[in-house]
Amino acid sequence: MAKSFPEVDVVIVGMGWCGGILAKELSESGMKVVGLERGATRTVENDFSVPHIRDELEYHARTGLAQNLKKETWTVRNQISETALPMRKYGSFIPGDGLGGSGVHWNGQTWRWTDMEFKIKSNYVERYGKKFIPEDMTIQDWGITYAELEPYYDHFEKIAAVSGVAGNLNGQIKNEGNPFEAPRKNQYPLPPLKQSLACDLFTKAAKDLGYHPFPIATANASAAYKNPDGIQFGQCQYCGFCEKFGCESNAKGSPLNTVIPIAMRQPTFELRTNSWVTKVVMSKDKKQATGVNYLNTVTGEECFQAAKIVILAAFGLNNTQLMLTSGIGSVYDPVSQKGLIGKNYAYQTGANANLFFKDKIFNPFMSAGGLITVMDDFHANWDFDRSPQNFIGGATIWGGFFNGRPLEYHPTPPGTPSWGSAWKESMATWYQKTMRIAANGSVMPNRYNYLDLDSTYKNAAGTPLMRMTFDYKPNEHRLSTFAAGLIDQIGKSLNPTMMTKPAPRVTPWNAAVYQSTHNTGGTIMGTNPSNSVVNKNCQSWDLHNLFILGSSVFPHNSAYNPTGLLGALSYRTADIIKTIYQKNPGKLIT
Amino acid sequence: MEKPKGPNTEPGFQLNRRALLKSAVSTVAIGSSLTAVAQTNSNPPKPQPIATQASTKGYVFFTPAEQEFIEAVVDHMIPADQFSPKGSDLGVNIFIDRALNDGWGKGDRLYLNGPWQPGTPFQGYQLPMNPAELFRLGIEQCNQYCLKNLQNTFHLLPKNSKEDVLKKLQSGQITFANGLSGKTFFDLLYQTVIEGFFCDPIYGGNADKASWRMLGFPGVIATHAINIETFKNKKYVSNTLSISDIS
Repeated sequence: MAKSFPEVDVVIVGMGWCGGILAKELSESGMKVVGLERGATRTVENDFSVPHIRDELEYHARTGLAQNLKKETWTVRNQISETALPMRKYGSFIPGDGLGGSGVHWNGQTWRWTDMEFKIKSNYVERYGKKFIPEDMTIQDWGITYAELEPYYDHFEKIAAVSGVAGNLNGQIKNEGNPFEAPRKNQYPLPPLKQSLACDLFTKAAKDLGYHPFPIATANASAAYKNPDGIQFGQCQYCGFCEKFGCESNAKGSPLNTVIPIAMRQPTFELRTNSWVTKVVMSKDKKQATGVNYLNTVTGEECFQAAKIVILAAFGLNNTQLMLTSGIGSVYDPVSQKGLIGKNYAYQTGANANLFFKDKIFNPFMSAGGLITVMDDFHANWDFDRSPQNFIGGATIWGGFFNGRPLEYHPTPPGTPSWGSAWKESMATWYQKTMRIAANGSVMPNRYNYLDLDSTYKNAAGTPLMRMTFDYKPNEHRLSTFAAGLIDQIGKSLNPTMMTKPAPRVTPWNAAVYQSTHNTGGTIMGTNPSNSVVNKNCQSWDLHNLFILGSSVFPHNSAYNPTGLLGALSYRTADIIKTIYQKNPGKLIT
Repeated sequence: MEKPKGPNTEPGFQLNRRALLKSAVSTVAIGSSLTAVAQTNSNPPKPQPIATQASTKGYVFFTPAEQEFIEAVVDHMIPADQFSPKGSDLGVNIFIDRALNDGWGKGDRLYLNGPWQPGTPFQGYQLPMNPAELFRLGIEQCNQYCLKNLQNTFHLLPKNSKEDVLKKLQSGQITFANGLSGKTFFDLLYQTVIEGFFCDPIYGGNADKASWRMLGFPGVIATHAINIETFKNKKYVSNTLSISDIS
């Protein structure tokens, strides 16, 4: 028999950025909140101290901050005709685990998604006509607007110490920032990071070609900073141990050094780590959630936490899995195209090249999670005509690097042997003299890219693994090919001594090779219950007291990193729960 | 199931198996207590060459035949030259021995549940073996292949034959007699050689930070907020420090 805990106002599943923001905001408002995190607790002081945290074997090669696949993984396949098999070791993506979630080991790159995304179908139909949208591409409008999110983007940027420079301040275009961004009311709280030689070279090349490069906005504090909650940030030290690592100097905006410690000071908040949520429990009439079942992984006990409001804020993929294992909503079927849970799984594409300069010294080890210069000319720029290229979406193109850690980064020119003295000589020659130009590309949803439960493989708790069916489709092949061409153009204009050929992603998705941890869709947002799982308030259409926060609510994936939007959605949903829902629980949109 | 451990062949190093295992345990303990040490130790860093620490010497996982194989591989892939001493002098073989003997080698982060089937090339690793099991089997099969085709075990082959076998493994031209893909074994072997060459010396490889010096990587102390500007397009030289140097 499950151990039962008395009803609280809110139970939150997962303590990363989304869960942390909701926990802080709702507990501060006086609501009684329990936060359940299946991983362990951790603190910056204890877990990210130097030199311990500078252990590249543990945190890069062994993915020490990521979900342990022995306990739970996903089965993967490219086509519905194939048998899905478990991703037995890490490759394509690395979701975080433990207190702070992926918000601990992220790079920090922060974007504002705009109406170009939120009204994607309307926009493309209006400009290019209905026939421009491929038959199996299931894009849809989200039902939310940039104007509704603007104040929340602004707040998240201030909380996470985002360093950048505005490109559109109240409609005034500024070329030092992103001229294609939507109007912002305020400047970023901190100026951009100091730019590296690689950034300078990319800037010059892109400008000379008529493009609009700018320093990416990133939650790596460019100077010491105190955020609106009174949290003190240290200055980023360009240590090069950012992605896959925790930050010892509190310079990376993370839930672990911002919202979570504030929530933990509230008498109305209780954190329970080692608590693995296995099911959302519904009322008999299936109109409300009554709480969640979870496994106490310290004692092995089955527990039930009753709550007036249930918030799913796990990694996006795990939100979808919980909906499926809880039997909430209708399961998506790619053949009949009926059902919604698991629909519109999307990912990101890209291309990249290494440039070798015999007369340059890049010091690649002086870097940060967001030390890149980027351009949005072929993504947010709606004037860019997609019809000759025949794709929907776009790609951001950037130059620089995130780290020069030797285990991960020891580039050699094409044709170099894989071992021996010639290999060593090549690494010794080029380690300091190489930079990268790369593209991040959007992935549009497709009828045959989706998530459901695997009927064969189970996790350590005995629950079915989630099955991922995904491949890059012709729309994404064309986009990646186009982006590879741009990289080639920009790279060659710099006259490098040597350059690798940027290879477009036109082969099947390979689960064994790292690409991106920006997995989206599965519990998507939309304009009505027939096309979506949640409304624009991240509220379930089926169970009005169930909210879902995470990239699982994105109906498609952009070229942008997801966290800026997740932060804004989390603050907005927190506001709506506090000011509207709590007073009058029920459907916020009917 | 593990094979019995063989005697250590290093001169003057006569420890029984229990002592060898104990020394491995103490290596792990050093690693896990780093955080506490780092927080209480305010003394300036004292570099100490890790290669001289007794706890990193001797094998705990590899049998005598396996020791000969791994030493031959790491010395072939990382030969002594003007860039670094040879692989076994850097402890790359010892790093691999420890890695296979610890949690990672035993698959503590690997999903190993069945059923198993080969899958497509895009579904990744699908064998029912942990790294230690695959490594052990791979060495045995590779030596059998060499004996059958080249009349000697791998470590006794001439340099050009070693090169040829490794290249054939890498390019997928060898499937072993028991059906194991030579490339699958090679991928694991190569991964661990890279790790042992570039890891922090705290793990027993990369002795004296030789690979970091070769690249010009300055190590784990990295406060570059000013350097990022002052050393733009200029060579940055510093005292290369590893975790063990400042613990």
